[in-house]
Amino acid sequence: MATTFAFAESRGGELRKVAFEMVTAARRAADASGGGEVHALVLGAPGTAGRAAALGRYGADLVTVVEHPALERYSPEVATATAAARIGGAAYRAAFFPASAQGRDLAPRVAARLGVSLASDVTEFELEGDVVVARHPAYTGKVIVTLRLAGAPALLSLRPGAITPVEQPREARVETAPPAADPSGARVVVTELAQGGAARLDLGEAPVVVSGGRGLRAAENFRLVEDLAGAFGNAAVGATRAVTDDGWRPATDQIGQTGRVVSPDLYVAVGISGAIQHLAGMRTARTIVAINKDKDAPIFKIADYGIVGDLFEIVPRLTEEVRKARAGQ
Amino acid sequence: MKIAVCIKRVPDMEMRFAIAADRRSLDPAGLKYEMGDFDGYAVEVALQLVERAGAGEVVVVSLGPDGVQETLRKALAMGATRAVQLKAEEVPFDGLAVARALAAELGDGGYDLVLFGRMATDTASGTVGPMTAELLGLPCVTSISALELGDGRGTARRDLEGATETVDFPVPAVLTIDEGIARARLASLKGIMAAKKKPLEVKPAQLGEARLTVEAMAVPAERTGGRIVGEGPDAVPELVRLLRTEAKVL
Repeated sequence: MATTFAFAESRGGELRKVAFEMVTAARRAADASGGGEVHALVLGAPGTAGRAAALGRYGADLVTVVEHPALERYSPEVATATAAARIGGAAYRAAFFPASAQGRDLAPRVAARLGVSLASDVTEFELEGDVVVARHPAYTGKVIVTLRLAGAPALLSLRPGAITPVEQPREARVETAPPAADPSGARVVVTELAQGGAARLDLGEAPVVVSGGRGLRAAENFRLVEDLAGAFGNAAVGATRAVTDDGWRPATDQIGQTGRVVSPDLYVAVGISGAIQHLAGMRTARTIVAINKDKDAPIFKIADYGIVGDLFEIVPRLTEEVRKARAGQ
Repeated sequence: MKIAVCIKRVPDMEMRFAIAADRRSLDPAGLKYEMGDFDGYAVEVALQLVERAGAGEVVVVSLGPDGVQETLRKALAMGATRAVQLKAEEVPFDGLAVARALAAELGDGGYDLVLFGRMATDTASGTVGPMTAELLGLPCVTSISALELGDGRGTARRDLEGATETVDFPVPAVLTIDEGIARARLASLKGIMAAKKKPLEVKPAQLGEARLTVEAMAVPAERTGGRIVGEGPDAVPELVRLLRTEAKVL
């Protein structure tokens, strides 16, 4: 029996989808070692505790909520001190952090504070006795590295979307605790959090990503991509580096080696030739659809389904058909 | 202004990779190396800050076998002042082991800033920067895409998923550099000549124990997709049918 730990990320008072993914992973790890408890940690502004019980639905037994007005925004130093104190003060077999923007900042700090190693950006893991075996895509996704992480606690950060949240309801005990470091003493302070476009699905969380490349020819033609994403209803819009470099889309929309890495259920590449830089950011998508006028474009080599032709004719038709299919559900 | 920049020699990512006979490393045959993309931006940021300050030095540090000297020379050619190689047969995959060696080197260097790329493009873990900061007890801001330095303080921007953070921090600090701040300059011929005479110190790396090790490497099976459903808008109904019945994503 082993107890495991999940860091449940929140932003703006809401738990993020990765929080449920981490609890699901921690539940799986605990069950694999004979069914111990899952302990989750949430940091946030006062009022966050009200959200915490939801983590029980995914298998958390104990949720510790650390509330403080200064935790309305991410505080790297308070989060590091609090997570390290939590993990260091217990005998967890494994501790899970999301490999999100926040988790990629936090997990290495916690690991160094505790003096333990961290397997980062993991897509699959298994407990094998004293070690954790983890898979991590490296070399722009061209090499899959199998890592051995020895000792306890094993710290892992998991790629968002790699674990599908699974409901395994429990009556979670919710407790509150003070932060392990005084927020007013923090040296690094997030003074502003500016949310991108309202109600837009995040690229890392959306089940469907529709991306556009240079084939769209002009910024205003991205409307076609947005319309298609809208027809899916659960899609985010991405772009290639060429497009963000040209300022057609914000840099935060870039998918690729130097941008976001996404693993959606469905990736639709519109007018994208498939430069290696771009493929590094989306090749782990479950299903890939490509629409391109050049039948020899590299994107067709990795796409499950391709349509060759003029995207300006194909995409509006696809938008219409997807809308019909969705309406019939 | 004294700035250290930690850089890594990585394989050229445009290449096809093959796995060596030990199944745990890349086949070195034909590999070409370069400075990691983000590390190049970090060197550029350091050079610009020192240029703006009017005085100071940029020290580039790289851990690894003698091959990293080529990467260090490239940074010197861009304009860095001097270089340090922390010599090790190979670079451990365990970021904490690397961070311990870097912290031992940088600890009493009196640096105003220690810069890293936000991640090495080969191992793609992004752990060494924040771990080094933690070991040094320095404030740290990771993955920054904009930076302003004032008197003893700085402000950085971090891009999150669908949002951006503005972060205040005191100097000295550790920063890891994302894309968007600066494009790495090309070395001039004069720079390349000058780099040959700049100091490059070689020291043994004081690597910590590695508890994270590579068990295997594999090249993922190429996606066997490549099915062209058809040409033009008439192929759309068939695509939608396949997405519903075969891929089950619609």
